[in-house]
Amino acid sequence: MNQETKKKPKQKKFTTVSIPTPLFKKVEERIKGTGFTSVSSYVTYVLREIVAEEEEETEEPFTKEDEERVKARLRALGYID
Amino acid sequence: MPKPHGGKLTNRILKGENRKKAIKTATSLEKVEISKTIATDTENIAKGTFSPLQGFMNQEELENVLNHKRLLNDLPWTIPIVLDVPQEKAKNLREGDDLALYFQNKPLALMHLEQKYKFNKEEFAKKTFGTLDTAHPGVTKTRQMGNILLAGKIGLINEPKGPYDRYKLSPMETRVLFKEKDWRTIVGFQTRNPPHLGHEYVQKTALTFVDGVFINPVIGKKKKGDFEDEVILKAYNVLIENYYLKDRAVMSILPFEMRYAGPREAIFHAIIRKNFGCTHFIVGRDHAGIGNYYGPYEAQEIFEEFPDLDIAPLFFKSFFYCKKCGGVTNEKACPHSNEEHIIFSGTKIRTIFSKGEMPPKELMRTEVSQVIAEHPNPFVK
Repeated sequence: MNQETKKKPKQKKFTTVSIPTPLFKKVEERIKGTGFTSVSSYVTYVLREIVAEEEEETEEPFTKEDEERVKARLRALGYID
Repeated sequence: MPKPHGGKLTNRILKGENRKKAIKTATSLEKVEISKTIATDTENIAKGTFSPLQGFMNQEELENVLNHKRLLNDLPWTIPIVLDVPQEKAKNLREGDDLALYFQNKPLALMHLEQKYKFNKEEFAKKTFGTLDTAHPGVTKTRQMGNILLAGKIGLINEPKGPYDRYKLSPMETRVLFKEKDWRTIVGFQTRNPPHLGHEYVQKTALTFVDGVFINPVIGKKKKGDFEDEVILKAYNVLIENYYLKDRAVMSILPFEMRYAGPREAIFHAIIRKNFGCTHFIVGRDHAGIGNYYGPYEAQEIFEEFPDLDIAPLFFKSFFYCKKCGGVTNEKACPHSNEEHIIFSGTKIRTIFSKGEMPPKELMRTEVSQVIAEHPNPFVK
């Protein structure tokens, strides 16, 4: 195998989570006729939505000095007074 | 202010001593001459416009983007960001080495070569553009790419210079700007055309619900017949000056080469505006489309796949001028028949200007029309 085709071992992209069977069946019923093709795709969708909402705020991506430098440029360009 | 995509704004701009050292080192490293598209992508990675990317995608990341429309860390991502080289060139490059990326014979960035790999052009084109038709510019471009892709983090040494740099703001700068203006909700508007009345009404309708509008024209390589960048900027300047509140509208450019990937590109455009600090993003009819490759509202429908995008898309149907209503309206508001409607068609407007005529004021503000009409070469040749 040459260098161009050499691959690193792949990370597993999916894993299994257990949910109660009655819940699985309810979800199975609910997704009938929707765009969801499986219970897994529905559960993934819902979890992504919840996780995104709950992600913590991070600190400002710039320092005070950065901010002052940026403000000076914005003033020079007429974006702020 | 919304978090950047992935939580942190990427900053890969080398400064001070690090930059001096990098400039010196660049001359002794293996040199890779890159295209304008790659140079623009490099700049966008370095400045955080493409956060959380820190470099060009490796094989596993690319496959995930093509197959799942997500990065390996599960963040939404729909457009491949890759660096291609011809096979001959790749032979001289060793994984683990640093490379110097040159643009127009000047060092632009350093790159740590994490991986070089072959890729399937058909799969790349089919999954990105949804077609293998060579009439699609993205498909043709993919076929012309080098056979090997280089992956790795970059560090920007020199910012590419352009004629419109006074309109170029980085995500850090727009974030400071929005904070200074005390805007908490900002709607981003992507454009590659001078504004007609339909654009203005979409922006102003969105503006009714948010604190400010961020008009972000794409500047860079375009198709033959598209409006020149200078025309777009002048047209927007005159529109904002005459018809917008100064404290409610900001324009800055996005150096970027359109991929014309329709729905996938609409998601990518939203991610870019999220990085600029927007909370909302306008998605119109056939966003980032070309020809008839995508359904008119496919670029809106794809947003349903991404509950975790963290920027709210605002979907608009087409606006038109209704002679009976006596103003700009849309199909949700106007009860009159199609005969009463004047459609805002970009093609129609271009044809009018090509004949040396001016569009009626029901289509375009007179001040905007004048800017275009007075330009010696308004179209890309």
